[in-house]
Amino acid sequence: MSKIAKYVLYDIVRSRFILFYTVFLLVVTFSMYSLDTDPGKSTLSLLNIILLVVPLVSVIFTTTHFFNSYEFIELLLSQPVTRRTIFLAEFFSVASALALSFLIGVAFPMLLLAYSEATLFLILSGLLLTLVFVSLAFLASVITRDKAKGIGMALLFWIYFTLIYDGLILYIVYSFSDYPIEKITLLLSSLNPVDLARIVILLKLDLSALMGYTGAFYKSFFGSNLGIIYSFLFLLVWIGAPLLIALRKFARKDI
Amino acid sequence: MITISDLNKHFGRLEVLHSIHARFEAGQSYAVVGPNGSGKTTLIKSILGMVVPDRGTIEVEGKSIINNSAYRKRIGYMPQIGRYPEQMKIGQIISMIRDLRSDETQIDEDLIREFKLDQLKDKRMHTLSGGTRQKVSASLAFLFNPPILILDEPTAGLDPVAVEILKEKIHSEKSKNKLFLITSHIMSDLDELSSHLVYLEDGKMLFNDAIDTLKKETGEIKLGKAVATIMKRNLKATYE
Repeated sequence: MSKIAKYVLYDIVRSRFILFYTVFLLVVTFSMYSLDTDPGKSTLSLLNIILLVVPLVSVIFTTTHFFNSYEFIELLLSQPVTRRTIFLAEFFSVASALALSFLIGVAFPMLLLAYSEATLFLILSGLLLTLVFVSLAFLASVITRDKAKGIGMALLFWIYFTLIYDGLILYIVYSFSDYPIEKITLLLSSLNPVDLARIVILLKLDLSALMGYTGAFYKSFFGSNLGIIYSFLFLLVWIGAPLLIALRKFARKDI
Repeated sequence: MITISDLNKHFGRLEVLHSIHARFEAGQSYAVVGPNGSGKTTLIKSILGMVVPDRGTIEVEGKSIINNSAYRKRIGYMPQIGRYPEQMKIGQIISMIRDLRSDETQIDEDLIREFKLDQLKDKRMHTLSGGTRQKVSASLAFLFNPPILILDEPTAGLDPVAVEILKEKIHSEKSKNKLFLITSHIMSDLDELSSHLVYLEDGKMLFNDAIDTLKKETGEIKLGKAVATIMKRNLKATYE
């Protein structure tokens, strides 16, 4: 697998997109910290950018990469290589390239300029979110046949988890505000990887007061070690589940 | 060497392969013939594991190809349309494949030499003509000296000199007890290269026998005419 991953990585590096992404993240992070003297506030602004941009870039890059390497996959399939090996090599190369960009572009300047527990959590969440959306994008690419549909579906995942899902939760919370639905909203939030990441970081930044009674409830749950373990475990499920489904679909796909 | 039984494949509602039974033996060369869309390429891709059949089994050298990739070491495949990573150079593609299969000891670079591909090794794939791509495909198929060769329209797009080089190569490999599966629409080529005829129509295998038998049966001397005769007669399956 490492041999195949080597060629995939070579191809990714040569396309220079990853380089632009890294530079973009570096510029954004540095400028956020130079705009405000309070690093806490900058971390918060950065959080919102990361929660939008990281998943978006992850899905777009992954789907375009997958469809652009279709010929490569086709060529390998006539060789004595298993589909599993090809698929995992593709996944690990794309995931590690994007994760590395994030580490250089965000983690490195953050640790340099504003080291705190909250930033550590932001970095960890950003990395996990990258993997979640790479995994979802692989699923979208495998179940569709052409590039346009693949990117369309991957973008749908992104819009759903960053915009639509929140709206739905808000609607539910608003309509049932007379009932004690904290536990249900907690469960619903767990079903969205972006929300999970957001909640953990907001709690670490000690901004839960902004979220009212629900915030207090969340704090009593997510603030504890158990809550943090719970949310990271859920994020891992969000990486593993789509990847496994995609792997199965790919094993039976006609090339 | 290759045994296919009850192979079925649908693409959506279209039935591409319908209950195919066949045996392909070492030392023989099979011409796979049929109208466009008759399922030739799907049959070949099923053997290679690129298309996953709905039903039926395929065995290569006695082993099922399901959950098996090692058997592809034994097959050299030349696709109908060679699709390669467009940004890679010819030399890079060849060395990549060799790198991936670095445990192979028998390397056959005859075609690379005869097609003079080493002079073109710095050309990127997207700059190549269809014929040059075919040359790359052919060279890769023969590169590891495999005992089974599957060639999907090998001569389409090649210039006359290259066609002769390739035919020469096929002849010399045939004498080494290798199995060939060749699809083509050029009957004179197949007449020269193959010993057996496999005739597919609408996903059904309507004929699979020695070419000499076919010629005797139809009373024709040329393969093209003989095939035309069975196409007209629409012979019922004679092979089980």
